[in-house]
Amino acid sequence: MAYITCKNLELGYEGMTVADNISFEIKKGDYLCVVGENGAGKSTLIKTVLQLIPPLSGSLITGDGLQPYEIGYLPQQTVIQRDFPATVWEIVLSGTLAKCGKRPFYGKKEKQLADEMIAKMGITYLKKSCYRNLSGGQQQRVLLARALCATSKLILLDEPVTGLDPKAAASFYQVIRELNEEGITIIMVSHDIQSVISDASHILHIDKTKSFYGTKESYLASKAWKSFQVMIEDDTNV
Amino acid sequence: MSDMIMTLQFYMTYPFVRYALIVGTLIALCSSLLGVTLVLKRFSFIGDGLSHVAFGAMAVATIFKLTNDTLFIMPVTIFAAVILLRTGQHTKIKGDAAIAMLSVGSLAIGYLVLNIFSTSANISGDVCSTLFGSTSILTLTKGEVYLCVVMTIVVLILFILFYNRIFAVTFDENFAKATGIKANVYNLFIAVITAMIIVLAMNLVGSLLISALIIFPALSAMRVITNFKGVVIYSAIISVCSALAGMMISILCSTPVGATIVAVHIVIFALNCVIGKVIGR
Repeated sequence: MAYITCKNLELGYEGMTVADNISFEIKKGDYLCVVGENGAGKSTLIKTVLQLIPPLSGSLITGDGLQPYEIGYLPQQTVIQRDFPATVWEIVLSGTLAKCGKRPFYGKKEKQLADEMIAKMGITYLKKSCYRNLSGGQQQRVLLARALCATSKLILLDEPVTGLDPKAAASFYQVIRELNEEGITIIMVSHDIQSVISDASHILHIDKTKSFYGTKESYLASKAWKSFQVMIEDDTNV
Repeated sequence: MSDMIMTLQFYMTYPFVRYALIVGTLIALCSSLLGVTLVLKRFSFIGDGLSHVAFGAMAVATIFKLTNDTLFIMPVTIFAAVILLRTGQHTKIKGDAAIAMLSVGSLAIGYLVLNIFSTSANISGDVCSTLFGSTSILTLTKGEVYLCVVMTIVVLILFILFYNRIFAVTFDENFAKATGIKANVYNLFIAVITAMIIVLAMNLVGSLLISALIIFPALSAMRVITNFKGVVIYSAIISVCSALAGMMISILCSTPVGATIVAVHIVIFALNCVIGKVIGR
């Protein structure tokens, strides 16, 4: 049984189809990379997987003990967050909120978990720092620690290296790789396919009508990859 | 100096002055608590829009000569708050435009209605006092004071109980939703309480100046403090002190209450900006 099984998913808002015919499954320990052009429906897919919006048609089944709310989500930065007055500790702790259930305040267990995850991301020295004063790479580690507080099974990252310098991006990928090796399932949406392809085990290439899903090896031999290559070359030529 | 204290002591012997001080302080406390969330969520303008709706509702209530106009203004404003929040990203009229429409619309209708149906000889005086605050803070009945105290306690308890969730929803709505927090419910809750505070605060500063009570403390606190809890606490302190100082000054110098409080807020904001620069935040 897979964590998430999608069959013939049709994505969109209020009757407007964004992408159609998407089928894939994610098992424990997979590293799925979601690629596709702008507007192909990557963000819509994320919202659907997180169950923030319902699919227009098709089925999305969670299994293998994964509860719908056990997906750790690392969203793209919003304008609100850029000047938000909060410490690293406050933000990471907020990731454990789902574990509090109906209790209004955090317990010892939640605080311990938050501490562990901060240490795991190597940002203990920033615990009392203000989020808005951190560098892009540090901010992403904070958000990753928060996501890890919410789940130990599946993490969904939305364009996590956007705006990071190459060195910070490389070390961020390293962290993700290590998490994956520990057995945490990864879904990563990325433009930066060149860097991700070496780590990913499966690829989902979203297209308006014909999406590709398969292992990395079959993707590298597929037409979708070749068309993507041409596109990237075009980009670099410009 | 001793003259001023004498004068203040003299005024304090009147119950209506004491009521005004109590109610003013409590309203300032509530509005600052919500202000932090509203400012950070980029909802500051909702307060502004709602206060205009409250003005329109008050005008209508005046015509029908309702004995207790709060009972009419409160539901109308809360309704407007809910409507404003419903205008999400996928509607035809975007959020900010919807708010602008609603607020100017109700302002115009309020004035129109007052002009056509008013029996009073001094319309512009009436309008001016509703917009910029009036002596109505000094004519509070005991019942209204109790209402305000109860409201404040309710807001305080709710805010403390839901503090962690309000933080999560304010910082990152999508993450909160993904971990199973019903963000929409909290947004609604925030809007409803904002509406209630605005209606109460209309007595104090008038409907045009309410947003100042909501926005200024939060912005001042954010210049200096870098953690969320600190910002909330500091802005509450700023708000209460400014309201008290503003009311005292207005009693001593017989200046308009609302405008004086806002002026104090502006001074405090400037001070905090300087402090923030000096300590390098």
